[in-house]
Amino acid sequence: MAAKAKFELKLGPATREAFGATLVELGRENKDIVVVDADLSKSTMTYGFSKEFPERFFTCGIAEANMVAIASGLAAAGKIPFASSFSAFLLTKGFEQLRVTVAYPNFNVKLVGTHSGISIGEDGPSQMSVEDLALACSLPGFTVIAPADAVAASALVRAATAMLGPVFIRTGRVKVPVVYAAGQQFEIGKAVELIEGSDVTLVAHGLMVAESIRAAEALEAEGISARVVDMHTIKPLDREAIRRAAAETGAIVVSEEHLVDGGLGVRVAQAVAELHPCVMEFVGIQNTYAESGTPDGLLDKYGMRAREVAAAARRALARKK
Amino acid sequence: MRKTKDLAQLQAIARGVRRHIVEMIGAAKSGHPGGSLSAVETLVTLYFDVMNHDPANPGWADRDRFILSKGHAAPVLYAVMAECGYADTPIDKLNTLRQLGSVYQGHPDRRFIPALEASTGSLGQGLSVAIGMGLAARLDGKGWRTYVVLGDGEIQEGQIWEAAMFGAFHKLDNVVAIVDYNKIQLDGFVKDILELEPLADKWRAFGWQVVELDGHDIAALQKAFAEAAATKGKPTVLIAHTVKGKGVSFMENNPKFHGVAPTPAEVEQALKELA
Repeated sequence: MAAKAKFELKLGPATREAFGATLVELGRENKDIVVVDADLSKSTMTYGFSKEFPERFFTCGIAEANMVAIASGLAAAGKIPFASSFSAFLLTKGFEQLRVTVAYPNFNVKLVGTHSGISIGEDGPSQMSVEDLALACSLPGFTVIAPADAVAASALVRAATAMLGPVFIRTGRVKVPVVYAAGQQFEIGKAVELIEGSDVTLVAHGLMVAESIRAAEALEAEGISARVVDMHTIKPLDREAIRRAAAETGAIVVSEEHLVDGGLGVRVAQAVAELHPCVMEFVGIQNTYAESGTPDGLLDKYGMRAREVAAAARRALARKK
Repeated sequence: MRKTKDLAQLQAIARGVRRHIVEMIGAAKSGHPGGSLSAVETLVTLYFDVMNHDPANPGWADRDRFILSKGHAAPVLYAVMAECGYADTPIDKLNTLRQLGSVYQGHPDRRFIPALEASTGSLGQGLSVAIGMGLAARLDGKGWRTYVVLGDGEIQEGQIWEAAMFGAFHKLDNVVAIVDYNKIQLDGFVKDILELEPLADKWRAFGWQVVELDGHDIAALQKAFAEAAATKGKPTVLIAHTVKGKGVSFMENNPKFHGVAPTPAEVEQALKELA
């Protein structure tokens, strides 16, 4: 991608909407795709699939544990099941089932969590998922993905379907800025460098990618050259992109709409410690649950903005010297 | 393999399986003899008579599926599969149970035995997995059936009842659950820990066809599985009344032998009784 490409970052579809639309396309292409949901299809956007392919859609009622293990049985018998719910429920109520009936036998189940992070807004912390990446990444053999926009979500849902093995895809409720042009290619496990830079690298996933782009633009006005990397695949991590960022810019800021404990940040830090130690700063939810509010109000209050990313970059640069 | 409907032959196989179980767990010095011995006739009847499967071709797409949801009874499954002649379960290696590197893991693990349909050991999950398989068979218009053995203590898990509700609602008549109702769980008698009764009424209320029987009576098991196959529009559960530790006098109805291996002297005594 061009170094000085201008990002308009116009508001586009939510990643959950891209998931729902892509699921319908996949259903048309492959009759082995089946969907299980837990009474949230109109929110998770599996509703479209359920209308077009009612015989391949199973609502499990409000019973996530059962839903995940049913998906395991479907996969064992050769189907490609998508199991979907809010991330907060899918990863917690279904976690033991993910561990024993999906990860342990390494079955080909695709999990799509929606309403991730704090940006779901008014429903509040019981519905917000700020620990899902920590849980998903703890499962051996799992691939874990958090797309930044609708283009990425659609492409990565397709890539997840094409690969064999369990995948968790984290999507969000709210409309997010468009980062990618239609047709952008994605490879699972391969980060996308959106902006070149030499002073500091801003690594992010999900809606913090757009915030990191905005931060890079603000930093550029101050004469700071910030690289921006979309780490859409949290596991397996693109270690080479991290090594290069550490070696070439000497400072890394990781930003995510997730607890700083156990998210992308600690995974990047581990890679940096192993490959090329450098200064790091972290932007994320700090050891707390959020609250009700508008999505924008929450992102402001809990520090999930370009302002905090840029401030972290300045701190990192100060420490680097 | 030698499939048969003959009672005397099936009883002889069951006796041999019991000997394997005692020897394996004795050699391992740990394991769960009681709940393995209580499920012997159920598994022998399924694998040697009822189920369509081919040990020479474990990946056969149209095979019937079997899940041991009460995974701690792994020795009975290993012994039965070994007697069937699955290449993944060599009979001369049964006594390596629970040893490092053995295919005979403490609980069934399909990384080590690919012919297993599921990895189990965490209770409460097998019925849901079986239902997923039943849905897949129906979607493909296939006639294969799925059998899942549940422990009685296991069905205290809430997920079992989520699955029970779902299975009946979706009229999954290609799924058969068998409750190995041996009345004992780790900490003691089921009735003292969390009573299940009225158990048949519970399953009926959830919409299942219920057959209660003596789980050591092979003829009754054959009849019940035939009734399950003939039942349309709902899944069937066999409530198999069994004796924990069945076949070994000092293990029968003895909560101690839920999860304790017999000593060498006890193995010797048990094998005499099972001669």
